[in-house]
Amino acid sequence: MGDPILSVENIKKSFNGVPILKGVDLCLNKGEIKILIGPSGAGKSTLLQCMNCLVPPDSGKFRLEERTVDITNKRELYVYRQQVGMIFQDFNLFDHLTALDNLTIALRKVKKMGKKEATARALAELSRVGLEEKTHLYPAQLSGGQKQRVAIARALTMDPKVLLLDEPTSALDPEVMGEVIDVIRNLAKRGMTMIMATHQINLIRTLADEILFMESGAVVEQGQPKVLLVPGTRSQGFCDKLDILTGKIK
Amino acid sequence: MIESFNAVKQSLPYLLQGGWITIVIVTGAMIMGFFMGLCMAVGQVYGPSVLKRVIGVYIWFFQGIPTLVLLFLFYFGLFNYIGFNINALAAVTVVLGMTTAAYQANIFKGAILLLPRGQFKAASTMGMSDFQAITGVILPQILRLSIPAWSNEFSIVLKDSALAFVLGVPEIMARAKFIASRTYQYLPLYIIAGLIYFVLTWAGVMGLAKLAKTVRIPGYANKGI
Amino acid sequence: MLSPFYQELVSSLNRGLLMSLYLIIPSAVGGILLGIIVGCFRAFGNTFVRKMCDTYAAIFRGTPLVVQLFILYFGLPNIGICLSSYTAAVLGFVLCSGAYQSEYIRGALLSIKQNQYSAAQALGFSRFQSIVWIIIPQALRKALPGCSNEIIYLIKYSSLAYVVTCMELTGEGKAIATEYFRFTEVFAVIGLYYLLLVSLAILVLKKVEKATLIPGFGQF
Repeated sequence: MGDPILSVENIKKSFNGVPILKGVDLCLNKGEIKILIGPSGAGKSTLLQCMNCLVPPDSGKFRLEERTVDITNKRELYVYRQQVGMIFQDFNLFDHLTALDNLTIALRKVKKMGKKEATARALAELSRVGLEEKTHLYPAQLSGGQKQRVAIARALTMDPKVLLLDEPTSALDPEVMGEVIDVIRNLAKRGMTMIMATHQINLIRTLADEILFMESGAVVEQGQPKVLLVPGTRSQGFCDKLDILTGKIK
Repeated sequence: MIESFNAVKQSLPYLLQGGWITIVIVTGAMIMGFFMGLCMAVGQVYGPSVLKRVIGVYIWFFQGIPTLVLLFLFYFGLFNYIGFNINALAAVTVVLGMTTAAYQANIFKGAILLLPRGQFKAASTMGMSDFQAITGVILPQILRLSIPAWSNEFSIVLKDSALAFVLGVPEIMARAKFIASRTYQYLPLYIIAGLIYFVLTWAGVMGLAKLAKTVRIPGYANKGI
Repeated sequence: MLSPFYQELVSSLNRGLLMSLYLIIPSAVGGILLGIIVGCFRAFGNTFVRKMCDTYAAIFRGTPLVVQLFILYFGLPNIGICLSSYTAAVLGFVLCSGAYQSEYIRGALLSIKQNQYSAAQALGFSRFQSIVWIIIPQALRKALPGCSNEIIYLIKYSSLAYVVTCMELTGEGKAIATEYFRFTEVFAVIGLYYLLLVSLAILVLKKVEKATLIPGFGQF
């Protein structure tokens, strides 16, 4: 580790005068996985959406692979977004397109790839998430877990350098969470750089290189799991509550 | 310019009086359409299959033929044929009423089908007769649900009423046409006529929106068809 | 064999039907195109453009079509613009139908959830690309039932071309009816023509809706 891929500095955002993010600094190294935890309303989702400017931050500096990104320049922003993939809580597949076309449309329209090439690439990504049989189904015909896997495959077709995951499993039924978690674990194995907001306690324990505990718009604790997940820390207290919710501790 | 202004100014009271006739036509047609439409909707949902088919044909007929043709057909043709002698004003009102009945039947039918099935059953289990269940439980609900679509239908009937001039009914359009042909101020007069219709439409739609607000029950807010 | 009266009736009505189709088809196509453009402006335009387009739609939806046709055909010559009855009719139909169509398109565009736009943005689509490739295709599919309905209305309202002296189905029929003084039969037959036309159009439009059906967009 050590090659910083994406770093953001001093991200601030307020809605109607209420500060949601109070100046967050963050640096992701190549292959690193950071996990955001914290109570709802802490600003995790806003932070992730600010990181690719879906929610434009009030202030903040962006550096992708040592190069400063001027987010006010539209063209630069579009190129930046292609390199920073985003996975949403509620999948956000394009409802009017089949699973396959959900993948090819960005390749063809944004990357200007030819139809054949785009289809081949899309099929490869879909089979990597185990959905080679579902390529011609529409989002409404897929289960939640399948939709999220398509969404991940779609993000990967753009060859992102970083993946932002905003609670990727929280809209899923418990019985299909596993298939999405497996895909995320595979991504980790392949060395994908990721930052993920999640309440999945086993993902937090097993995947995180670093845990960031957020509260009221700021990172209040941060460190490796073995350092942070010890009795007495806020993070451990929070994880204990998650354990109780998921029924691990009675 | 001054000529146009004078023509409009002099004819305005005359045009506005035509507005009353328009209001009479629209009110009559909407009320008629309301009761006929309601009966047909109930018949189509709860009635025997023969009745359903008859109502279906009625709706197909009145929704498939232009109002203008219906006006000619009934006023010059069928009404005479069956010896039903009524003046042009009544004829327009009846034809528009029969036409809007077909559309209103669909509106109310849609609303009935939107209701959860349990409503009718719940009423029956409380010992209500079918008639009591429909008037006491089903109707109050579907009428509320129907207000937005009904208001839309009102504005369509209002605009269709402008066709009454072809039968010589002295409403807004006929009066504008009459004065225009004498003063040659076609453009300003027809614009004024359009303006009067616009204000009438707007006033009616606002009134119905207000009605929707006063009869609103939580859970039915803004849910139209 | 048909009696001479019916022979003449059918041949004039067929002539009228052809004229009606000449009126309906360009008007329907023009109305849809205008509706899409105006609908997009009303949904995504800047405040000025939006206000302008809203006003246009409000005017044409708030006044009777017959008044619009009268203004175009009888009114405009007052300021030196003379349109043929056919041009006035088609122009009136396109403008009026466009206003209604824009309402369906606008509603559909605004009903597309923000998250579809976000997802496109996250993949690097520009605003323009997101609208063209994601929002508009979805909106068109959603607006289709409303737009079909509007086309049905247009078919029926094409009869108003008669009041600006364009000899289509209703006009041809009226002439025969007046000549022979047989109103019931003539207008019943005209009614039949329109019923067939409308029923056929409904059938075709339902087919189109079915062919373009996307799971999850199932509103008929």
